[in-house]
Amino acid sequence: MVIYSVYIVSKSGGLIFNYDHNIPKIETEKTYSFPLEHKLVYQNKQVVVVFGQRNVGHVLLAVNGAPVNGRTIEDDKNPRDVFEVLENPENYPISLKFGRPKMSTNEKIFLASMFYPLFAIASQLSPQPRTSGIQSLEADTFRLYCFQTLTGVKFILIVEPSQTGADLLLHRIYELYADYALKNPFYSLEMPIRCDLFESNLQSLLEQSEKAGISSV
Amino acid sequence: MTVHNFYMFDRYGQLLFYAEWNRLRQSGITREEEAKLMYGMLFSIKSFVSRISPLDSAPGSREGFHCYRTSKYALHYMETPTGLKLVLNTDNVAVNVHELLKQIYSQVYVEYVVKNPLCSLSEPIKSDLFEAQLDAVVKQSHVFTSKPT
Repeated sequence: MVIYSVYIVSKSGGLIFNYDHNIPKIETEKTYSFPLEHKLVYQNKQVVVVFGQRNVGHVLLAVNGAPVNGRTIEDDKNPRDVFEVLENPENYPISLKFGRPKMSTNEKIFLASMFYPLFAIASQLSPQPRTSGIQSLEADTFRLYCFQTLTGVKFILIVEPSQTGADLLLHRIYELYADYALKNPFYSLEMPIRCDLFESNLQSLLEQSEKAGISSV
Repeated sequence: MTVHNFYMFDRYGQLLFYAEWNRLRQSGITREEEAKLMYGMLFSIKSFVSRISPLDSAPGSREGFHCYRTSKYALHYMETPTGLKLVLNTDNVAVNVHELLKQIYSQVYVEYVVKNPLCSLSEPIKSDLFEAQLDAVVKQSHVFTSKPT
């Protein structure tokens, strides 16, 4: 099985912990000659492909092996602007690496707080009385499991779509949270979890369940 | 297993049709408000799913999101390439509901609304024939075999 990531949301809806376990990397690197077949635009602090996504998609990550940060090429000797380099025919042939951008922490906080109302509306629109919120959500590319404790903390697990029965794993993560976060005297409720023991135990739990299956945890 | 209710929205979010079978709880707001809340939730879920997804979904697919389950019910969702949205709430053990949704689309909606010259596609469906056929298809399906205990 493949576990993509774990999120913990506090009872007031804020993200207090997140861990990316096994996010697949989607990258392509190709060498191009002068008239570049893709149209690139700088938006949201990234160089995004806006035309010709069919073959590469996503954002520009590196030019000739040097990483791109914002719109500058992070070359040790001379940092240059991406667009100036790409406009100059003398720089070709050039090797460009495109890839799917990683989610920033801000985006994760945003998504975690977005899930909170969905969870509440799902129980409001229920055709049956006394239902909980969303417990699992299936999509094309992943499956999301959510477990809400009696105190309102939500544990969210994102796994590959063929995986079932992640509830057990969520209960184990809850145990770890109780043991290593709540019992830590330096941890205060509702605050982001920064406990090394919690993180290392979570990591080994996820690795173990990936190797041996969920039933072994 | 049972089917609770069914919503159909056009691509602008207008409620085209609503039907219910064994609905055990009303939401306590008017049908219009409920439809708006439902459409708003689906819209947010779609946006949430496309952002949190660790991989790209297949090119050209409008769906992304298939269903969610709570402790008591499951919501199944289907969207056609034209933006028509079909939502079916069932109990949470029902399987193959997506087949039923496809069947409703191809055997009921296309046959009795799209091919009916008196039905406008952008207005709520008032055809009795459509209603009767939908009822028949849902009641015949394996999802609707027994009433809740």
